[in-house]
Amino acid sequence: MSLRRLAEHQPESFAFTAENLEWAKGQMAKYPPGRQASAVIPLLWRAQEQEGWVTKPIVESVAKMLSMPYIRVLEVATFYTMFNLHPVGDNLVYVCTTTPCWLRGSDAIVDACKKHIHPQQGVVSADGKLSWTETECLGACVNAPMIQVGNDFFEDLDAGSTEKIIAALRRGERPKPGPQNSRHSSEPEGGATTLTGSHDASKGVST
Amino acid sequence: MAKLIIDGKEIEADPTLTLLQACEMAGAEIPRFCYHERLSIAGNCRMCLVEWVGSPKPQASCALQVKDIPPNRDGTPAKINTSSPVARKAREGVMEFLLINHPLDCPICDQGGECDLQDQAMGYGRASFNRFEENKRAVEDKYMGPLVKTSMNRCIQCTRCVRFATEIAGVPDLGATGRGEDMEITTYLEKAIDSELSGNVIDLCPVGALLSKPYSFTARPWELRKTESIDVMDAMGCNIRIDSRGREVMRILPRINEGVNEEWLGDKSRFVWDGLKRQRLDRPFIRRNGKLEPASWAEAFAAIAAKVKTIAPAKMAAIVGDLAAAEEIKALRDLMRSLNVANLDCRQDGAKIGGGPRQSYLFNSTFAGIEAADAILLIGTNPRWEAPVLNARIRKTWLYGNLKIANVGAPRDLTYPVQQLGTSASVLEDLVSGANPFAEILKNAARPMIIVGAGALSRADGAAILRLAAQLAASTGAIGPAGNATEGGWSGLNVLHSAASRVAGLDLSFLPGAGGRDTGAILEGAANGDIEFVYLLGADEIDTSRLGKAFLVYQGTHGDIGAHRADVILPAAAYTEKSGLYVNAEGRVQLANRATFPPGEAKEDWAILRALSDVLGKTLPYDTVEQLREKLYAELPHFVVRDVPAQHVGADPAIWNAVGTAGKIDAARPLASPIVDYYLSNAIARASETMAECSRIYVQRSQEAAE
Repeated sequence: MSLRRLAEHQPESFAFTAENLEWAKGQMAKYPPGRQASAVIPLLWRAQEQEGWVTKPIVESVAKMLSMPYIRVLEVATFYTMFNLHPVGDNLVYVCTTTPCWLRGSDAIVDACKKHIHPQQGVVSADGKLSWTETECLGACVNAPMIQVGNDFFEDLDAGSTEKIIAALRRGERPKPGPQNSRHSSEPEGGATTLTGSHDASKGVST
Repeated sequence: MAKLIIDGKEIEADPTLTLLQACEMAGAEIPRFCYHERLSIAGNCRMCLVEWVGSPKPQASCALQVKDIPPNRDGTPAKINTSSPVARKAREGVMEFLLINHPLDCPICDQGGECDLQDQAMGYGRASFNRFEENKRAVEDKYMGPLVKTSMNRCIQCTRCVRFATEIAGVPDLGATGRGEDMEITTYLEKAIDSELSGNVIDLCPVGALLSKPYSFTARPWELRKTESIDVMDAMGCNIRIDSRGREVMRILPRINEGVNEEWLGDKSRFVWDGLKRQRLDRPFIRRNGKLEPASWAEAFAAIAAKVKTIAPAKMAAIVGDLAAAEEIKALRDLMRSLNVANLDCRQDGAKIGGGPRQSYLFNSTFAGIEAADAILLIGTNPRWEAPVLNARIRKTWLYGNLKIANVGAPRDLTYPVQQLGTSASVLEDLVSGANPFAEILKNAARPMIIVGAGALSRADGAAILRLAAQLAASTGAIGPAGNATEGGWSGLNVLHSAASRVAGLDLSFLPGAGGRDTGAILEGAANGDIEFVYLLGADEIDTSRLGKAFLVYQGTHGDIGAHRADVILPAAAYTEKSGLYVNAEGRVQLANRATFPPGEAKEDWAILRALSDVLGKTLPYDTVEQLREKLYAELPHFVVRDVPAQHVGADPAIWNAVGTAGKIDAARPLASPIVDYYLSNAIARASETMAECSRIYVQRSQEAAE
C-alpha cells in the first residue's frame, strides 16, 4: 500500500446528477437528524461511480452536504483503497494477484495489461479508455486467474483471452462476463472426472 | 463500588472509572501515550496494557471500565497486575513497535528531555536489542500555521492533537489520513489550525512531532529556570510557568489550575514572549525641543516635579493601563491622592462600571461554575477572543451537557452553536419584559448565566445595559442562594473584563474622586486645555491624538502608542519581570513572580512611583514591596487570601439593586466586542513578531476574505 493523497490536478467543480442527488438525499434520510455524516461512504461511492474517481470538489461538496468538516471526509476517502484518488480510464481493470491467482498465472494477465493498457498500474492509457491496478483477493479463486471490470468478473483467463477483453473494452463493447474458457461456472474443465458412471445400489459402489 | 485486587492490593473503585484510573488509585504508575484525562479515550497506543489474571490477553487499561471487569468465578475480586512479567513483556512489545519507525534524532529534537517516549523507552525499551534492519518510514512535514512546527517522522499516531482540536478547541481542522503504516496527521490541505488554543497541541504531543515554532532550537528544558506566574493577556489570570535562561524569557507554558485555566493556555499568552524583547523602554527619556532624548532617572523625575509644581491638582489626571499589577495601582493612587488629584481612572476603555458593590464588576459564577450552568446569555462579548480558555470551558459544558447559549451582539463563530438574538441592546429590554422567547429559557434554567462583556460596558449606555442585565438576572432567578455551585448556591450575573488590571483597579477604587473626571472627560479636558498633566501607567489603548497640549508622563514597558506621545518616559518592568498581585475577573487574587530582570535601567513600577513621590515631596509610606502589601492587606483584606474566587453572599437586594444604573439605552448602536484583533490587543503583543504573523494569517486574511 502506498501513500494516499488527493491528485495534483483537480477538476474545477463537482455536482451530483439530478438522479444521483435524489438517491443521495434518500441515503441521508436513512439516518436520524444530526447523524447525516453516517452517509459519507455511500455518497462518496456514488460520486466515484459518477466521476470515476474521488476529486477534491467531491470531498468538499460531500462534506458540505453532510455538514462535516472537510478533513473528516478526506480521512474516509484516504482510508479506503476502493476510493480512487487519481483519474482512471473509462474502464478500470482490477487484476487479482493474490496467491491462488498468481499460482494460476496472473503474471501473464499483468503482462498483458502492461502491454496493452499502460506499463504502470494506476496510469490511464494514452487513449483514456483504460487503466489497470493490482488488487488483493476478490474471492473467485476457483476460477483463477481473474480480473474485475466494473461490476463484472472475467475468470479463467490467460494472456490471449485478457487481450481480447481489453480490445473489446477499448472498442466500447461489453464482453460476456464469467469464465473465458469452456467452463460455465466452476465445474471441472473438459467435463466431470468423477461420478461419471451409474450407481449400483445393490453393490454399494459406483462404476 | 467494585472491588479489584491491583498488584496484590485490594481497592474499591467507582464502576464508572477506567481501569487505568483505578490502577492509579492503587498507586500503580501506568505508562500511556494516547490517553489524556481531558480528552476522549482512543485506546490506540496500547502502552497502558496490564495483566488481568485469567484473561487470555493483556488489557488496554485506559479503554476498559471497572464495571466491565466481573469478579472471578469463585467470587473473589478480579486480579490485575500492572508490573507482572506478562504486563511488562506486553509493554516492551508495544514500545518495540513504536520505535520501529521512530527516528533516533533525540539529540536534535526539541522535545528531548521532556519527551514521554524518551522517558518510557528508558523503562520499557529493550536495551541493545534490535531485530529491524529495514529502513524507517519517512513522512512529509506538514504546515500547521505560524505557531506549530511539525516533524512528522516522529509522530506515533496517538491522535491526541486531533482529539484536542475537535473536542476542546472546537475547530475540526486536524485529522488522520491514510491507514496503517501510512497514517498521517494533517490539516486539510496544509491549512493553518484556525484556533486561539492551537499551542496546546504542542504540550499534548507526547513526542517531538508537534513543536513550538518560535521556541525551536533555542533551549533545552534542563537549562531553563522555571518560574510560576500569572498571565496578563486577558482577565482570566491563567496560571503560567515562565521558562527563562539568563535574562531572557525562552517560553511560556500553562500550569494546571482547575479553577482557572485547567491546563490550557491561549496562543497570545503562550507565544507573546518575543514581544518582551522588542521595542522595550530601557532608560528614561525626556522630550526636548519636540524630540525624545535619553535622560537619567534624576533628570526625568526633576522634569516631572517641575511641571507638577506649576499645575493645579484639578488640571492633573492619571490613567491606569490594562497590564498593571495591584501594587503599582495602589502606589499611583496614593501618590495622586496625596497631590489632591481627583481625575483618576483605571478604565481606559471607558467602561461604565465600578464604584458599586464588588459583585457588580466580577465574574460571579466563577469560571469553574460555568460547568454547572444550563443556559448562558452573552451580551456584547466575544469570549473566543476576550478569554479563549473560558470559551473552551463554555464549549466543554455545551459538549457534555444540555447547555443553551444565546448572544446579543455581533455574531461570531464561537465553536459551539449560539442562538443569535440580535445586535441591538433593545433585545435586553425584550428579555426583561419577557417578550423575547429566550427569557423563558433563562427562567426555566436551574442555573442561568448572563455574561456582560467589555464591549457592552464601554459604551456610553454601559451602566444602563448592566442594569438591564441585573434586572434580567433578578427576574430569571440567576441570583440564587449563597455559595458556589457545588455548595448549592448560584450567582449568574457576570462581567467579563478584557483587561488583567481591571478588577484590582476597581477594588482599589482607582476611579474619579469627588468632582473628578473619567477617561473620556480627561481626554476631552486635555483636548480643550482643561487638563494639563496626564500620567499614564502603561495605558496604550487610548486615543493619544486627543491629549492636546497636555504634559504626558508615560510609565510603561514598550515604545507603543502612549510612549510615542509622551513628554517624559519612565521605563518599567513587564509582567514577567516583577512580583505583583493580579486579581482576575472572578475576583481571585494571584501572585505573579519575577522570572527575569527588567532591561537596562527599567525598574519595578511601584518602586518608580515611590522614588517619584520622594522627589515630589509626598513620600509614600512604604520602602519595600512587602510594606506596600501590608498596607494593601490592611485596606482590602480580601487580598490576603490567594487563589480563591470571590464568594457569593446570596441574593441581597442591597447589593444586586446597586448593579449598574438605570438609564436610556442606545438601541441603534450594535453591540460588539472591543477586541478588533486578538493577537494585537496590548503593547507587548504589538511588539511581538510572532503575534504580528498570527494576525496577518488568521485575522487580516479572514477580514479580507469577508470583504
